[in-house]
Amino acid sequence: MESSEYVADDESPETVSHPGAQRPARRYDVEAVGIAISVVEWGPEDAPPLLFAHGGFDFAETLNVFAPLLVTAGWRVVSWDHRGHGCSEWADLYSFEADLRDAAFVMDHVSPTPIPLVGHSKGGAVAMLLASAFPHRFTHLVNLDGMPSGGNMPDVAEHERTRMVSQEVAAWLDYRRSVADRLRKPGTIDELATRRGRMNTRMSHEWLRYLVTVGGRHDPDGWRWRIDPTLRMGGFGPWRPEWVMQRMPGLSMPFLAVLGSETEVMGWGTRPEDVLAHLPDDGRLEVIEGAGHFMHIEQPQAMADLIGEFVGAPR
Amino acid sequence: MTGIPIADRPTLLRHGRIDLALWTLRSGEGRPLLLLHGLGEHTVPIEPEWTATWPGPVYGLDFTGHGASTLPRGGGYTAEMLMADADAALAHLGEASLVGRGLGAYIALMLAGSRPAQVYGAVLCDGPGLSGGGVQPGGTFVTVPRFGHGTTPDPFAMVELNRDIRPPDYAAQFVRLGFERSPVPDPLLVAAIVRPEWLATVVAQPGVRTMHRDRALAELARTVSG
Repeated sequence: MESSEYVADDESPETVSHPGAQRPARRYDVEAVGIAISVVEWGPEDAPPLLFAHGGFDFAETLNVFAPLLVTAGWRVVSWDHRGHGCSEWADLYSFEADLRDAAFVMDHVSPTPIPLVGHSKGGAVAMLLASAFPHRFTHLVNLDGMPSGGNMPDVAEHERTRMVSQEVAAWLDYRRSVADRLRKPGTIDELATRRGRMNTRMSHEWLRYLVTVGGRHDPDGWRWRIDPTLRMGGFGPWRPEWVMQRMPGLSMPFLAVLGSETEVMGWGTRPEDVLAHLPDDGRLEVIEGAGHFMHIEQPQAMADLIGEFVGAPR
Repeated sequence: MTGIPIADRPTLLRHGRIDLALWTLRSGEGRPLLLLHGLGEHTVPIEPEWTATWPGPVYGLDFTGHGASTLPRGGGYTAEMLMADADAALAHLGEASLVGRGLGAYIALMLAGSRPAQVYGAVLCDGPGLSGGGVQPGGTFVTVPRFGHGTTPDPFAMVELNRDIRPPDYAAQFVRLGFERSPVPDPLLVAAIVRPEWLATVVAQPGVRTMHRDRALAELARTVSG
């Protein structure tokens, strides 16, 4: 069912429907000091907002099934495409700090009073830092497998690690030498769906086909994901998982951590014990049986029920 | 001859969406010397007197958001991305010895470790941005710079790269990487008097030598000439 208010891109003659999927009712830009961040909303304009941060290499419209379920419960679900993702502007530079700042601008636009915040994957890490920086702006925080852990890092000898770092950094620099004027590889809807399926291993092909049509751009030579081609998975830097996890014990608002029981490539391999060791005194951990990293896509109704119960009825 | 401007226009090198200004401070044959400025600084397009003894050409790079390089929108700086700026200059020059000031010293260290076969030694000197943001993050906060007039240096660079976290073991790994495959016997010479924790750890690594900038440059010059 398509929303009557939202006008989809007319450049997409091929459409794929998906049961229960509903495109956002509104899309608009929030200016984050020079970068236009594209914000979407599902639900009535005057309903209380619930803010959702998507993960890396995702985009807000991956919530097209999940978000409408929270709308049914009375919420206005607000999300945004991170810089370089979806309909937000491609930036010259990217960093976690920049993502956090962009998120703060969206937060500030959406509500001057405290609201619930949900983040998935990298968006969960952004959400945890945002809630830590602005404890007075959030009533609840839900983190969906966005709790980085070093638990799955390979245990290798020092010289082997040095060799791995050497290859990693050289590969990254080689990539940076090649990014000017780079374009994403075009393809058919099926080809893009198959490619994404390698990273989203538990998603159905039909769902991924649908995602192509809401998260892709239809150029004359084929479909391309709306993700800045200068962005690359992985990379390197001084970043440590504990820098995010150290924010967790001090969180001010009610906190719900959610993990899936099935580990997969896009996750950090975080185990329940990694979370329990950092859980705030009144925090709560739920492990969703039979779900992977994208638990809100795999089990949208169960996740909407869980989050709805945790944050309470909208007021 | 020094003290005379020889280039009023830099060579522009493309890095992603950024045009980087590479200044030729002295042209000529031989192994290039590449100068990397500190945070908020830029290349002064005149050869400095202290490089007069260098046997090859001398260049200076303006980092992203500095000097004559592109001023990006909306920040997002990391030291790693500035290393990739310096790597773009290295790709253009083929090989180089490096002298870095402040932030440029940290970048020189990283590049010496990441491109050991192309970097013929690096001298790390005092300068703005040497410390970075310490060895681990402090409290979380979001900063939006309100100063600046739409010109370089980019206020975002000044804020973000002064908060750039530099764990000592992260810095030390570039020393190990650099020493493993360097074409010169002393790939890292530290001239900086101030030693933030990352640099103190670098200095403590076997083989890293400390000396005045001019002597360090003279040693490198001897190595690359020989």
